[in-house]
Amino acid sequence: MTPARPSSGSLEQLLGAREIVIACGPGGVGKTTTAAAAAAMAAVRLGGDVLVLTVDPARRLASALGLVGLGNDVTEVAPEVFQAAGEVPAGTLSAAMLDTKQSWDALIATHAPDDETRDRILANPLYQNITERFIQSHDYIAMERLYELHSSGKWDLIVVDTPPTRNALDFLDAPSRLADFFSSRLLRWLIAPSRSTLVNLASKPFTQVADRILGTQFLADITDFFVSLQSMYDGFVERSAAVSRLLSDERTSFMVVSSSETVPLREAEFFATELASRELNVGAVVLNKVLPSSLSDPMASSAARKLAQRRSEQTAALGARLGLEPELLDRVLSTVGESFEDYAIVARREAASRERFPLGGATLVTVPQLDRDVHDMGSLLELGAFLFGDGEFTATSPRSA
Amino acid sequence: MSGTPLVERSLLFVTGKGGVGKTSIAAGLAQMLAAEGRSVLACEVDAKGDLAAAFEVPAPGFAPLVLDDHLSLMAMDTEASLREYLKLNLKIPVVGRIGPLARAFDFVATAAPGVKEILTVGKLCYEVRERHYDHVIVDASATGHIVGQLAAPQAIRELVKVGLIRSQTDWMLDILSDPTKCGLVIVTTPEEMPVAETLELRDAVARETTVDLAAVVVNRVLPERFSPRTEAAFARLKSPEGLDAFRDVFGEGSSAVLAAADLATSLRRNRTQYVTVLREGLGETVPLVLIPYLFQRSDGRRATRQIAEHLAEELDR
Repeated sequence: MTPARPSSGSLEQLLGAREIVIACGPGGVGKTTTAAAAAAMAAVRLGGDVLVLTVDPARRLASALGLVGLGNDVTEVAPEVFQAAGEVPAGTLSAAMLDTKQSWDALIATHAPDDETRDRILANPLYQNITERFIQSHDYIAMERLYELHSSGKWDLIVVDTPPTRNALDFLDAPSRLADFFSSRLLRWLIAPSRSTLVNLASKPFTQVADRILGTQFLADITDFFVSLQSMYDGFVERSAAVSRLLSDERTSFMVVSSSETVPLREAEFFATELASRELNVGAVVLNKVLPSSLSDPMASSAARKLAQRRSEQTAALGARLGLEPELLDRVLSTVGESFEDYAIVARREAASRERFPLGGATLVTVPQLDRDVHDMGSLLELGAFLFGDGEFTATSPRSA
Repeated sequence: MSGTPLVERSLLFVTGKGGVGKTSIAAGLAQMLAAEGRSVLACEVDAKGDLAAAFEVPAPGFAPLVLDDHLSLMAMDTEASLREYLKLNLKIPVVGRIGPLARAFDFVATAAPGVKEILTVGKLCYEVRERHYDHVIVDASATGHIVGQLAAPQAIRELVKVGLIRSQTDWMLDILSDPTKCGLVIVTTPEEMPVAETLELRDAVARETTVDLAAVVVNRVLPERFSPRTEAAFARLKSPEGLDAFRDVFGEGSSAVLAAADLATSLRRNRTQYVTVLREGLGETVPLVLIPYLFQRSDGRRATRQIAEHLAEELDR
């Protein structure tokens, strides 16, 4: 295991050098969009076959990527989609969504020793409950799916959007947690006697308590489930160890995505620190929705101060020069001053938070606050250009002075 | 507006997509009710410490941290909840070490994840049933997990045909299903994904749980800057001629000052469309509560107080 390699300098280099880049970070900061934009840029500029594995894209973003409906299939983004955005990509871009239920079923089918065991597991009410109702199973299956796609050897680069997790790094722990669970003495102890009868089971002190709380049928379902799973034990443990290894492999890097707001940034900081302490490579920190730096420009502050102090005495002359009613102009100027003050406060606070962020060796990439939503290839590449450090504001973006 | 007002219900689950300020709104609600003299328990389910940060106090444990006469905070801990449950219901003495119990618990909770959820919901319903507080405000799981949590009692009923846990689900469901006692508050921001998720969650909650949607809170609403008339005058000010005149008076940084007003206007315009989408999607029956963006403070006690004041104003307190 290698500690974080020295930063390669830019997100472009990172995407060029690694085989897997995993976007992680707090919710609501544009993680999905950032992953998609990074993958699209890599396909356009760097070439090769690029895949973005996404969890829950906005509907319009999904359709921009050609993802229609649900399902696990990998779909290639049509060249026409890039043409419409004025680009001829050097490589290809494909996208896949994560369907938890389908992925679990496929995993069971892979590891089941025979059709009968497979069907028994798929029909078990506990199995259905785990895979359908409880989203925690996302954690493991996302990494499992990544492993499967990576080992297919079809992709030069896979960019992964991680599922929203209850605890920030659940998805990292999931493979080893699953392996621990299967190797636990408790599980083996519980399964061992069940080959005889439930009466046997009920004689154990634990099962006596469990029986009082949960009832016999439920206990029977649990037991049946794990007896069936036991036949797949070796496969599962081996597989989850391989998934863990892939995450810490030097071909893999993490991209922490956040905004500069206090709460998300605090969570992102926790992420970055935790990843580093596990000797996982954090290649880049992407901060979205960054306000224009002109808001913290001393010249601008000075102009705003003059505006606040001398507005009333200047209104008449300025109004005459521009042909605007003084009373109307006064209201406009007052609003202009307030708007600047409001956003200058936020910009100062966020700039201070950014400076405190422990980057380690990671590259810091800042993306400006865009005034429209990203949901077609054009706007995705526009965002991507900022990620690659050469973005430009278009007519619809706020222009910084 | 039909239904029991938000503030008259004793159990409120506050949820929302990550990053919308779910915890801030839950803290604001608790603060508002406590300030009115009600006794309030605010409970953080994810135990990340954000709720404690909203009041600038150390993170509480399962045992409530009493902030003042009216407000207590706690963090959910399902294992502690199980211990309390066993002690109260099975008279199983749980003293000191609980090693074997913890292992058994881990096993059951992993095998049937609904068990963790029901221990969470069960503890909260228990506090309501015993009338320990006037209000229990739950900083609940994010949108992705809340349905699993609220649907846990039914899920358990489907899985567990007999036994103590099954009989316990009955009184929990009575509380959860009663719209005069319990309600869900979805927090969102006026942005594309949070609004889409809010509408999807509204449907999922109606389909899979018995909990009533009490209100939707739109957080971080940006202020309207210009009226159509002042906007036209602002456009004149932004023109090359206007900018020259403005710069002559206020100096070099003028264009940045005007750009900030431009930014404020375009952000406001972009977000307003999603308030409209939300209003149309929700219909007349669900109260929509708008909380302004706080430029001065984004978190901490001061922000919590401001949110409480805005909530009080919006809810006609």
